[in-house]
Amino acid sequence: MDKRAAFRSWWLPSLFALPQIILILLFFYWPAVAVLRWAFTLEPPFGGAAEFVGLANFQEVFADPLYWNSVGVSLAFALCGTLATIFIGLVLALAVDRQLPGSAPFRFLYILPYAIAGPAAGMAFRFILSPERGLMASVNAAFPDFWNPAKYGSHALILVIVVFAWKWAGYTFIFLLAGLQSVPRSLIEAAAMDGCGPIRRAVDLQIPLLAPTLFFLLVIMMTEGFVGADTYGIVARTTDGGPNHGTDVMVYRIVEEAFRGLNYSGASAQSLVLIGLIMIFTFIQFRFIERQVHYK
Amino acid sequence: MRVSVTTSVFLGLMASVAFGAPAAAAEKTKFEFWYGLSGDLGERVQDACKKFNESQSDFEIVCTSQNGYDTTLQNTIAAYRAKKQPAITQIYDAGTLDMMLSGAFVPAKKLMADNGYTIDWNNYFGGIANYYATAKGELNSFPFNSSTAMFYYNVDAFQKAGIDFKPDTWEQVEEAARKLKTAGFECPLAFNFDTWPLMEQFSAIHNQPIATKANGYNGLDAELVVNKTKFVDHVKFFKKMADEKLFVVKTKQLGMDIVPAFTSQTCQMIQTSVADHGTIGKTLPENVKWEVAMLPVWKGTERQNSLVGGASLWVLAGRPEAEYKGAAAFLNYLATPEMAEWWSTVTGYIPVTKTGFGAMKANGFYDKAPYKGRELAIQSLSFTPTSENTRGIRLGGFTQIRKEFATALEAIFMQNADVQGELDKTVERGNAVLRRFEKTYAGQTLN
Repeated sequence: MDKRAAFRSWWLPSLFALPQIILILLFFYWPAVAVLRWAFTLEPPFGGAAEFVGLANFQEVFADPLYWNSVGVSLAFALCGTLATIFIGLVLALAVDRQLPGSAPFRFLYILPYAIAGPAAGMAFRFILSPERGLMASVNAAFPDFWNPAKYGSHALILVIVVFAWKWAGYTFIFLLAGLQSVPRSLIEAAAMDGCGPIRRAVDLQIPLLAPTLFFLLVIMMTEGFVGADTYGIVARTTDGGPNHGTDVMVYRIVEEAFRGLNYSGASAQSLVLIGLIMIFTFIQFRFIERQVHYK
Repeated sequence: MRVSVTTSVFLGLMASVAFGAPAAAAEKTKFEFWYGLSGDLGERVQDACKKFNESQSDFEIVCTSQNGYDTTLQNTIAAYRAKKQPAITQIYDAGTLDMMLSGAFVPAKKLMADNGYTIDWNNYFGGIANYYATAKGELNSFPFNSSTAMFYYNVDAFQKAGIDFKPDTWEQVEEAARKLKTAGFECPLAFNFDTWPLMEQFSAIHNQPIATKANGYNGLDAELVVNKTKFVDHVKFFKKMADEKLFVVKTKQLGMDIVPAFTSQTCQMIQTSVADHGTIGKTLPENVKWEVAMLPVWKGTERQNSLVGGASLWVLAGRPEAEYKGAAAFLNYLATPEMAEWWSTVTGYIPVTKTGFGAMKANGFYDKAPYKGRELAIQSLSFTPTSENTRGIRLGGFTQIRKEFATALEAIFMQNADVQGELDKTVERGNAVLRRFEKTYAGQTLN
């Protein structure tokens, strides 16, 4: 029997793939090549003669203490954001998976925040968690300065992580729920009959079986936290990178540098470093962590 | 023969669609204008475009808001690089040098001369024109919406606190703040980390430099010096006042910026642009008395003119010749005394020409209640002939430098960072921006 796919000629599948190839070339490779070129030149904003400067842009980036600050802030943000989204998504998924009466509409409700744009969510949370007028105003009235993201970098970082987690927990929820539902019901029932409570079942049975999904989400969410467009939108709308660079994540810094500072070259150099970092992370995750992940 | 009647009617219709309609449309030259203003001020720009389109039949201007000054500059650059630039774009003060060195524009004077308009360039107020002109005094762009910073105070609150003077000096501001506090006003003066009033306007009226080389006018190798001027003491004063809770930080991040703080009567004094004059008048309840004054100076200072803010209109290079005729017609239309007066009335912006201001003064505009006080902006701008420190600020990457200083102020006021240390650090960072700009435009000189 012929084991090959349905296509007998090369041109038909190529034709189907063409739109995608064009889009990728246009919106991914072309800008990537520009970034590569700009990172080694001094690019005037309006175009024109760009001078080749070798590694000078990178030297400038690495010599800047604020750049290293943004690396640290990014790490903290991506790590806490990832853990928070996965944890919340998991709790929600376990709750919905128990199929209590009336839980169906919650599947929809939990996914809903994901449909809201990051900047809009950021804007809303800026008001909700404003130290002077929002939910925390009464707490602040009793304990002055208990919550003040305009003053403390750590509070501001918590604020952007809250927005990020609120937005992305719904996304992890979908994957985790799908994962939970592929766990054979008979296993759960057997455990229940053996006297395992819901928490015991989750910890010893369901979560281990979810490991591949959890690992996948770990990689995806770390990448999203580091380079996601939402990360920029959330930071720009809630804290503007402040106070005093407390939430100055790497993507925010790149966009600010490129568009506010009109420093396309410095921003390109930073982008290349960021891409490199992401590649290293993903490599480490797949090489070392995946080995520990239990499939089947 | 029956058929031919319907056919001929049909053909006639086709012909009118095919030849008639495009012929009528082809008479008008369309061109684009991008602007940064949004909200109420953006609507007024749309009104101006509509008025122009109705005033003649040769051109059609299409006006599009880019929602913000900085995004307008960014979008203009992106469009220029893609060869899709508009004919006219509105660029704010901080982007002036970036535009000047871009080589991407048609100088204002050349555009008007080429298209047969004679403009009396000396008619523009010196403080305004110098910002956008070459060293020889030739305008590159058209001053359009010009403003300067003013001091707003709540007269009712002043009376309740028993203050019987107008705050002309910072000593008086302090005294007023103390009296207001004693009278139970929680927030005598509100401020944020916007460097425009606090650093730039303050330095100008006290005749202090922001940078060497006449604030950058005499060369791209200028260096920031604000960490060594009266500005340092001024920040220390603000810090002392903030610690005593006489001056209060009000920012968007905290939930309320300074203008809403003033209009909600939460705070009794602010310094902000004259462009906010209209909004403040509209927002405060009618029975509340408030006034504007020129920004206070320190006692014993010889006041200098303040700096012009706002934006100017740049005509971009690389458009078809016909569009330049339209652009010139539009800019000429904006400069007519009637339009200048209309624009100044419906916004808080000041008339940019001496004749425009003269006409408005003559017809009693500034005596009428909602507009009273706006003439002080022009007095402030033209208080003295411009000096090296008050001509303007011509520094590359100034948007980013502003942000660096705003961050420094944030650290000083929110996190108790050391004033001198923080400013020294920021000047160093700002100078790095200037050096990079200088390298990017190596071989080019300011004209």
